[in-house]
Amino acid sequence: MVELVWLIPALPLLGFVILVFAGRRLGEPVAGWLATAVVAASFVVSVIVFLGLVGLDDRVFVQTLFTWIPAGDFVVDIGLYLDPLSAAMILFITGISALIHMYSIGYMHGDENFSKFFVYLNLFVFSMLVLVLGDNLLLTFLGWEGVGACSYLLISFWFGKPANATAGKKAFVTNRIGDWGFLVGIFMVFFTFGSLSYSDILPASDGLAQTTATFIAVMLFIGAIGKSAQLPLSVWLPDAMAGPTPVSALIHAATMVTAGVYLLSRINPIIAVSADWVPMLIAWTGAITALLAATVALAQTDIKKVLAYSTVEMLGFMFLAVGIGAYWTAIFLMIVHAFFKALLFLCAGSVIHGMHENQDMRVMGGLRVLMPITFIAYLAGWFSLAGIPPFSGFFGKDEILTYVWQENKALWVVGMIAAFLTAIYIGRQAFMVFFGEQRWPAYLAKLAVVPPAVEAANEAAAVGASVDEPAGPLTDAQDEAALAAATALAVSDTPGDGLDDDVELHELPDGFTPHESPWLMTIPLLVLAVASLVGGLLNLPFPRSAHYLDNWLEPVFEGSAVKLKLSTGTIVGLLTFSTVVALLGTAFAAAAFLYKRINARRLESKLFANAWYYDTALAKVVGGPGTGAFEATASFDRTVIDGAVNGVGGSVPRMGQALRQFQNGYVRRYALAIGVGSLLMLAFMFSRVVG
Amino acid sequence: MRGIDAGYLVLSAILFSIGAFGLLVRRNPLVMLMCVELMLNAVNLTFVAFGMMLGDIAGQVIVMFVLVVAAAEVVVGLGIVVAVSRRKPGATADDIRVLRG
Amino acid sequence: MGTDTVEAVVFVACALIVLGGAFGVIWFRNPVQSALSLVATLFGVAVLFLNMNAQFLAAVQVIVYTGAIVVLILFVIMLLGVDTADDIDAEPLVGQRVIALVIAAGVAGLVIAGVTIVGGDLVSGARAATAAITDDVPNIEQIGRVLFTDYVYALEITAVLLTIAVVAAVVMARKPTEVEPLPQESSSMEPPEPVEPEAEEVFD
Repeated sequence: MVELVWLIPALPLLGFVILVFAGRRLGEPVAGWLATAVVAASFVVSVIVFLGLVGLDDRVFVQTLFTWIPAGDFVVDIGLYLDPLSAAMILFITGISALIHMYSIGYMHGDENFSKFFVYLNLFVFSMLVLVLGDNLLLTFLGWEGVGACSYLLISFWFGKPANATAGKKAFVTNRIGDWGFLVGIFMVFFTFGSLSYSDILPASDGLAQTTATFIAVMLFIGAIGKSAQLPLSVWLPDAMAGPTPVSALIHAATMVTAGVYLLSRINPIIAVSADWVPMLIAWTGAITALLAATVALAQTDIKKVLAYSTVEMLGFMFLAVGIGAYWTAIFLMIVHAFFKALLFLCAGSVIHGMHENQDMRVMGGLRVLMPITFIAYLAGWFSLAGIPPFSGFFGKDEILTYVWQENKALWVVGMIAAFLTAIYIGRQAFMVFFGEQRWPAYLAKLAVVPPAVEAANEAAAVGASVDEPAGPLTDAQDEAALAAATALAVSDTPGDGLDDDVELHELPDGFTPHESPWLMTIPLLVLAVASLVGGLLNLPFPRSAHYLDNWLEPVFEGSAVKLKLSTGTIVGLLTFSTVVALLGTAFAAAAFLYKRINARRLESKLFANAWYYDTALAKVVGGPGTGAFEATASFDRTVIDGAVNGVGGSVPRMGQALRQFQNGYVRRYALAIGVGSLLMLAFMFSRVVG
Repeated sequence: MRGIDAGYLVLSAILFSIGAFGLLVRRNPLVMLMCVELMLNAVNLTFVAFGMMLGDIAGQVIVMFVLVVAAAEVVVGLGIVVAVSRRKPGATADDIRVLRG
Repeated sequence: MGTDTVEAVVFVACALIVLGGAFGVIWFRNPVQSALSLVATLFGVAVLFLNMNAQFLAAVQVIVYTGAIVVLILFVIMLLGVDTADDIDAEPLVGQRVIALVIAAGVAGLVIAGVTIVGGDLVSGARAATAAITDDVPNIEQIGRVLFTDYVYALEITAVLLTIAVVAAVVMARKPTEVEPLPQESSSMEPPEPVEPEAEEVFD
């Protein structure tokens, strides 16, 4: 049954090809259903292949389809590499993709580019499956670039707005930096092993020199942080929220951004051989990213930005797990995170849909009554992310923290603080969106007082924003002035961050009431909610035999993964502590944002709201002194590179001009040339005779 | 070795040089053809001289072939001269330079 | 007076005739005079062949060259007009004469210098055994034997060559039905107008 594995990427590719040529003709909603059907079929095949792989003894299946690049020693096959890791990946990728495709049919309803959206989505799924299933680094890179391209296309899907196009470009350019590392890593791998195939390089990694392994690992790590939005390349992911919400859920939360974790897990034998500081670098990068992202998520007012920074944080946890060598916990968190983060994004999408495309949490509130199904689904995602048992996020995150406790106490402290902040910021979002009083009527009233709304709000932003505290109208939400400031801010750009202008308020119709989303959108929500609830069953901490995922992935990480040596008592203690922290965080959020007992202004500080000014500083450096460097590069390109190319091109006609002097048509000149040549030959022979 | 043998070689070298010089300097195609004949005769002389020195009849046999080739060359060359003169009366070698870069 | 002396006298006389004729070929402006000088050269060479015991070649030289080739050339001269004297005074090609003189002097000088320096044996190869020149057999018979045994293929190929040449000459010299005049060219050595490389076509 494993022979069917080629069908898994082939089906979305088929859907892509059909939709490219016939998408417009199929129209809405047939195009969406077709796209959903092929991905769902791909999921079914994945299940069949998975069952087939369970039956295999060595649990590795390589299917070589054809030779892609035969160039001397450099031979690259198009082949699929099915092992427990890729099998686990394709299952959740195709499963969640199918659900999000279905959700998108409802979400993208009425969009003029309805079929194009599904073209991109199917291409994305295909690329992602190639990335995961490719049997060599180059094929993985192909998928890597494919998902990058789809990400770019989908972030700027509504490219009519300049901010969306800019966000797409930002993601694209930032990813290029990572891709540079990935490419150099690939070159080095080929230089060292003479092959790019996983079947060749992974078993041969043992004999690798430490310096070489370190170099390869660091280069591939650079590639991974680019794709997985870790510091210092994390800037693109929050802006990627400019894309449609299903895209955020599928690409920028569940699947694509985890490719970096997948890559590092895939090359785990190489990391095992590399110098000791490489895993530590990975772990600390992940931990610090997690901590910073969690603080930033505390102060965001855009419902999707909170989740975006939350995704960065969770990816940080995965990197932390990879760094300390607990690979399978990273995969575990990746899977359950895919469940609950996709769920949270889809819930956010549902809320945005219901709120008439408004994303600012400050005008929401009390939605649990109006959107009950979304709220119930959101509960599962909320408790999962906060880490409250028995939801899956608790098991995913705390497996990692247990291993971290064993390996490095300092990292554990950082991770625990991040976990505490997680409980607070997701609680803040939940209370702001679904609890409390409904705030949009006040907003509507405000709009009615000051028409025309948007222009006036912009004026207010220009004057008031610089004076008022930008974030934190919640503490005195009834205050008319604060709401005005919030409205104004939301309409205008967030101060200090020129790229943040996707936070804007749309005009609401009179007598507006948020409504529940159609069944097409709520069914995927409920399915994902159930998955988030029971996802922990994949890998319960007790008993040992319940480590299904661990046992399943063991052959992949054999020899490079750490073993859990803690006593049962310690583990129970850690889990209890973690639960207490999660509950405390949630309680704190309730006290601060629901009952207003605690002044939360400090939490929502300007520093956090502007993401530690990292983006601003980057823009300052790149836009200021950096401009000179870019100009220098550009002029180097113009003069030296183009000069060389044009010089070669120009020298040919010039050489021709010089040579045509000889081709002058005078037969006697030609004869003269023959004479000169003959004389020279004669002179040569004469010199030989005499010498 | 007789001094006269060297004389044959020196004579043919001078004859060849005169022919080559004429070929390079004169522009009348008929004169150029005659200069080619001079050069061929110089070579013929060398062949026969060397054949005599080595006591080999092959030197004379080769001259037979040179004669044949020279005859063919003159025939074709004159044909070309006639054909060109029809299109462009009084053309010299320098006038026929359509094929130039 | 021994045979060597006779041979030397004949050689010197013929050499003068040959060189004089050759000089005449390139000296006379009138191609008819050049052709007549060529006849002198060819006769001189024929006598030199006799001098070297190549009687058959001497006969062929006279018959083929003077009797056929020179007559053919003269025929063409008459056909195209006798007075097509070319202007020898002016040389349109810069440096052509100087370089030609250098080449001519170089070729002759190097050969003479080589012969002088080597001095003794001019030939170092093995003396012929199979096709040796003997005084017993007539010269024409010796040539015939070698020509029709060792060189029979070459002989056949030259026969083909001659046939092709004849056909070619007929084709070339036949009066064409439509005569396209060649484009008028000035014979002066004006350099072709240089084409400026277009600066706009740089690739960005």
